[in-house]
Amino acid sequence: MKLLKTIRLTSVLLFLPISSFASTGGVSAGDTAWLLISAALVMMMTPAGLALFYGGMVRTKNVLNSMGMSFVTYGIVSVLWIVFQFSLAFGGDVNGLIGTFKYMFMGRDMNLVYPGTHVSIMAFAAFQLTFAAITTALISGSVVERVKFSSWVVFSVIWSTIVYVPLAHWVWGGGWLTKMGIADFAGGLVVETCSGVAGLVFALMVGARKGFKREAMPPSSIALSIFGAAMLWFGWFGFNAGSAIASNALASNAFLVTNTAGACGALSWMIMDWSVHKHPTMLGFASGAVAGLVAITPAAGFVNNVGAIIIGFVAGIISWIATGYLKYGLGYDDSLDVFGVHGLNGIWGMIAIGFFADPKVNFARGLVYGGTHQIVVQLIGVAATVAFVAVGTFVSGKITSVLTGGLRIDEEDEMKGLDVVVHTEKGFEI
Amino acid sequence: MACEKIEAIVKPFKLDAVKEALTQYGVEGLTVSEAKGYGRQKGHAEIYRGAEYIVDFLPKVKIEVVVSDSIVESVLEVILESAKTGKIGDGKIFVYDVEKAVRIRTGEVDDEAI
Repeated sequence: MKLLKTIRLTSVLLFLPISSFASTGGVSAGDTAWLLISAALVMMMTPAGLALFYGGMVRTKNVLNSMGMSFVTYGIVSVLWIVFQFSLAFGGDVNGLIGTFKYMFMGRDMNLVYPGTHVSIMAFAAFQLTFAAITTALISGSVVERVKFSSWVVFSVIWSTIVYVPLAHWVWGGGWLTKMGIADFAGGLVVETCSGVAGLVFALMVGARKGFKREAMPPSSIALSIFGAAMLWFGWFGFNAGSAIASNALASNAFLVTNTAGACGALSWMIMDWSVHKHPTMLGFASGAVAGLVAITPAAGFVNNVGAIIIGFVAGIISWIATGYLKYGLGYDDSLDVFGVHGLNGIWGMIAIGFFADPKVNFARGLVYGGTHQIVVQLIGVAATVAFVAVGTFVSGKITSVLTGGLRIDEEDEMKGLDVVVHTEKGFEI
Repeated sequence: MACEKIEAIVKPFKLDAVKEALTQYGVEGLTVSEAKGYGRQKGHAEIYRGAEYIVDFLPKVKIEVVVSDSIVESVLEVILESAKTGKIGDGKIFVYDVEKAVRIRTGEVDDEAI
């Protein structure tokens, strides 16, 4: 996300009263311009990129509901974030576990410079909002085509508050993982491992779609999915390069290695498809791109382009195996492979930092460059995240189930499709 | 004179050729519908993220044309020639007796109606 040096500075400054870091001349025009553009790029990833990527992969009768879950989540988190979630994640610190309520409703001081950066707190909060939204929306891919819409809405409120917010604080907001020196540039833990593990747990709670593994569930439109994946890739430049929270060389490095890893992931998935299934599928190529982009997310501010090639290439193979074999072998219906693509490659990207982090890029030193400490920190971060998210998601799901009277639509509605049953609309008139 | 109905199930991309040939021969009207099915050609495989689906029903076009007894054999020949590719999946032709045909506008029947 940002230089650890600045985070360490932050954690010291957070104990001071607000007024002491309300710098007047600290806003950089360049940093602000890039961060606001990045925030807009990442915003697009949820209601456009992710919605199309997901919508294209579900059956025609559920396309609108699936796209809607992403878009509606963006709306919900947008409000919660400025009311209290940003403050709890990034405002102050209580025992390394959670922030405070000091920035409720974002306050009225737009000139306040966010500690450790050269941007207004408003720009920083806007950028972080888009991360909270997409992380929550990502989970919907695991439970599409059978989760109740009301359950999804309630779940997204609870989960984003009790799981995303604390984790963002631990890793980026001056929490215990920040202090330990975790290297997670743009969300390998906070976004990818987090959404992937949450997706798997929630999918197990909701249960498999009727007919899973027995009947064909043809995607409504691979064309939409490919367009969505392309928009995700485009938005990912804001996601990763924006996470420098500065317009500088580190952002430029993140930009380029992001592209490298995305391309390598896409190509390795296509190579696997082509050599094993004899056909280079385009959904595979697009999915591989996402896998590579996921894996480079934590590493974008720590590795060079050689590291990015390896990270991306391995990422495509990991997800190819997870989606084509692991899922059906173990029999869990993580419908759109949030765990197989985001969860596993978030973990891979975090661990890869321990191997390939180049000390010429940032503070972390990987095994390849003689560092033995970073990989230990990375593994602790992964283990803590998997455990916390699994438990937190289970609790969120249970509360949701009580509040909405179960998590699933009834069988007949599942057959009819959620578009007409829930929304009284159709995604397509065919 | 009595009429017969020829029902031809052909590959979709052959529709134009069949229509063209029938028009040239002098058949003045026909009905077309999109159909799905399988015969010896069977379906094809589709793979999405490693999950393989066998698509059993392939898209075909069903052409229905009603003609008088006297020309049934020649029309059959026309369709056969224009729809044939020689490859598996070319389709089938069925012929049925038509008990009665009526032109709604005028009330004409059988031969007069088609």
